[in-house]
Amino acid sequence: MKLKKNIAVSESGFVFDPNSGDSFSMNPVGAEILNLLKQEKDFDKIHDTMTKKYDVPSGEFDKYFLDFIQTLKQFNLMENDD
Amino acid sequence: MNKPKVTLAVTGLNNTDNPGPGVPVIRSIRESEAFDLTVIGLAYETLEPGIYMRNIVDKVYQVPYPSEGSGDLIKRLEYIQNREKIDVLIPNFDAELYTFMKSSARLTEMGIKTFLPTIEQFEERHKSELPAFGKKHGVNVPKSKSILKHSDIDKIRDDFEYPVMVKGKFYDAYLAYNEEQVRMHYNKISAKWGLPVIIQEFIKGTEVNVVALGDGKGITIGAVPMRKQYITDKGKAWGGITLDNKEMLDLTHKIISSTKWRGGMELELIKTGKNELYIIEINPRIPAWVYLAVGAGQNLPEAMVRLALGEKVKPFDKYQIGKMFVRYSYDLIIDLKDFEKLSTTGKL
Repeated sequence: MKLKKNIAVSESGFVFDPNSGDSFSMNPVGAEILNLLKQEKDFDKIHDTMTKKYDVPSGEFDKYFLDFIQTLKQFNLMENDD
Repeated sequence: MNKPKVTLAVTGLNNTDNPGPGVPVIRSIRESEAFDLTVIGLAYETLEPGIYMRNIVDKVYQVPYPSEGSGDLIKRLEYIQNREKIDVLIPNFDAELYTFMKSSARLTEMGIKTFLPTIEQFEERHKSELPAFGKKHGVNVPKSKSILKHSDIDKIRDDFEYPVMVKGKFYDAYLAYNEEQVRMHYNKISAKWGLPVIIQEFIKGTEVNVVALGDGKGITIGAVPMRKQYITDKGKAWGGITLDNKEMLDLTHKIISSTKWRGGMELELIKTGKNELYIIEINPRIPAWVYLAVGAGQNLPEAMVRLALGEKVKPFDKYQIGKMFVRYSYDLIIDLKDFEKLSTTGKL
């Protein structure tokens, strides 16, 4: 579960893939998770950080998180080997 | 410091919805401030917008189309040369390159320098020759076949799966889903650009492009990859962004090294879902979006003039990633007398 190294994420949630030229806009929570991925935090760490910070049940977070990762993969923002 | 005086002649002033590279090439060289520059525009038509952009061209001469015979064009250039003392000529149309390459000895005698591909380089990258080019240089290219007559269209089914691309030898490309559509495009393209018409395998993916400059000895002087972000109905980039794509740059270096490419080049590539790169076209000249490369840090037109002048040029080693361009249209107001002067005297 690794975000591609050269993906740029700005504070405003603007994401740029310099390899393809694609760009995306994230909401603040999406940008926060993407920044954690960029710092190479693993699933457990991201789960802990987000469930402590936000009022979200653990199982529900996992479901949305996996959906989010799937979307990132679909847009070729994740490394292939994951 | 005294700048070298350079008189530059440039074609391709047709900054229309199918823009020629002349205006961005001149703009790039002017902005480099490397030369004490005089620009002579060479125009085929009287309504090419660059003719009337006085901050771009100093003088303009109308010239005959190369299709009217290379002799007429060279004769006209001799006339212009006697008056203007052109140092460097940058032709910007695929359709005129052959004439200029073939006349390079005469141009040299006249004192006009160019920096063009050799005829062999020009010929081997033709759309119709792409399969052989791919094999020779070890690069991915779509399957292609040239057709010269209507009856060949019936045989496309034997070699290709629909859809296929139908392309003119110089310009125009259409996607066709069946024989009927191939026929329609064949008629349109052959009437405009002549034969052959090229049938090309359709490669599904994203179109990406590279502008590059080869020194003629196998060295890539500069290369900037770009993805079109806004494409007009003519397939032209109206917005684009520079990419950080090592595979595209490696492929460009490989082609320039293998062909010893001399001059400007635009690679048109398709990146498939499996991240494979297919070369769909190699344009033997600087593209109209070259100013993006200049904005990103590589003034390739300036480097080309230096190479033409025989200077040693150090290859660029970087450019800014994520630089964008957005093209716009603009209404120039001109006096009828200017149009009249060019139309009647062939000079402005």
